[in-house]
Amino acid sequence: MSAEQETRAVRCLVAKVGLDGHDRGAHVIARAFRDAGFEVVYSGLHRAPEEIVQAAVQEDVDVLGISILSGAHNTLVPKVIEGLKEYDAFEDTLVLVGGIIPDDDETELKELGVAEVFGPGTPMEETIEFIRNNLPERA
Amino acid sequence: MGGTDATALGDGDAELVEDLLAGSHRALARVITRIENRAAGYRGIVAALHEHTGDADVIGITGAPGAGKSTLVDKLAAAYRDRGDTVGVVAVDPSSPYTGGAVLGDRIRMASNVGDMDVFFRSMSARGQLGGLSMATADAVKALDAFGKDVVIIETVGAGQNEVDVVRTADTVAVLVQPGSGDDVQTLKAGILEIGDVFVVNKADMDGAERTLAELEEMVHRRESPTKGLDGGHHGFEVPDHPDDEERQDDGDGGDDETTWTPAVLRTVANTGEGVPELIETFDAHAIHLRESGAIESAERRRYAEEIRTLVRSDVGALATAEIERRGGIDALADSVRRRETDPYSLAAEIVEPIAECVDRDAT
Repeated sequence: MSAEQETRAVRCLVAKVGLDGHDRGAHVIARAFRDAGFEVVYSGLHRAPEEIVQAAVQEDVDVLGISILSGAHNTLVPKVIEGLKEYDAFEDTLVLVGGIIPDDDETELKELGVAEVFGPGTPMEETIEFIRNNLPERA
Repeated sequence: MGGTDATALGDGDAELVEDLLAGSHRALARVITRIENRAAGYRGIVAALHEHTGDADVIGITGAPGAGKSTLVDKLAAAYRDRGDTVGVVAVDPSSPYTGGAVLGDRIRMASNVGDMDVFFRSMSARGQLGGLSMATADAVKALDAFGKDVVIIETVGAGQNEVDVVRTADTVAVLVQPGSGDDVQTLKAGILEIGDVFVVNKADMDGAERTLAELEEMVHRRESPTKGLDGGHHGFEVPDHPDDEERQDDGDGGDDETTWTPAVLRTVANTGEGVPELIETFDAHAIHLRESGAIESAERRRYAEEIRTLVRSDVGALATAEIERRGGIDALADSVRRRETDPYSLAAEIVEPIAECVDRDAT
């Protein structure tokens, strides 16, 4: 019998990667996640892919939400995913991308391992619902 | 049920512990998650790690929001790295009492250590239960210690008892104060002032820094026992209680004085890194003082005693909860009290009786 109750919380990293100074969206997302009861780590602006990987691994997040509005997603996202794999952290991290992503690129990102892409105007509840339904299985 | 079960190490967990000890960052991160979640088997993991702990210098940093804790921690971590030490950081943030959610923002300030995996930074939030946070923090520190970190820094907002409990798991506690915060210094008096081994006036380039420094100096020396020096006899003659900090600190370092440590008061500008080397020197001096005076032993004894008590209390509480469930649940019991069929005292005695019986039986 385990004497203690588990106190599991959903942990998310909201990350801004690359040369993109627009973080209003990331802030709004971070607050919505917090209000949904998640523990949100915010990366701050202008992060390199390695930094995002470092943060995701050390914080052991369930969800990595990458916000990109610069159009550089095809270079940056693969680097993050490669980094996660290097640390054996890709399998149980739900990788999401938010921002302005053309349809063709969306298909490509999903092939790489991005679970879902959320464009402008996506209702907050939809994203939160998606996370709840797709949380990685963990020991 | 029972102790052996609770601390048994499952197959997967044994591997996890092995990986952590072998230096896997992923395993370390995963272990801390298990600790935070109070997930099944975490006790076995912490129990297995215990024998590998005790080598890290554990430093607690606390202070009011906006005092510059995160920025200072970043600079401290960088300075420790420069001299070849590996660093672990546990940053504790409050969580919403309503949703349990939290935004853990301390990581943003860790700009000096990007891409350096030898600085392991972990954000934690208070997950509700009283006393659980300090326990989880202490266990996370153990994981970092066992991993082999030379220095582990615990960073937390100094706002209440919970936070005080958190920094008390550190060997050396630094309290950060902002200049011009006369009132803040007042509020610090209660609780936090007693736990500080080092007081740091951060943002010391701001107006009012000198005054805050002076106020802290005064407070530090006032908190000393008024009889201090009367029974010491080392100096042949009673040393007047004057606020010459340099000299007093030397007293502490030299180790020829009694085993008390007079808190140091330092100034830093975390943004520029000014005062950080001196702060690290002071941390080192305090660590040496703890070891040479033997104070580290009593501190550890006190800490482990508190851990044992917390665990036992929580486990016995769980047994009692199970007993309540067996008797139809707390609501049903409350209703019977409401109908005047019984009273809270009698009920509590009845519920605890089987546990008390076991204790009595073993005692005789």
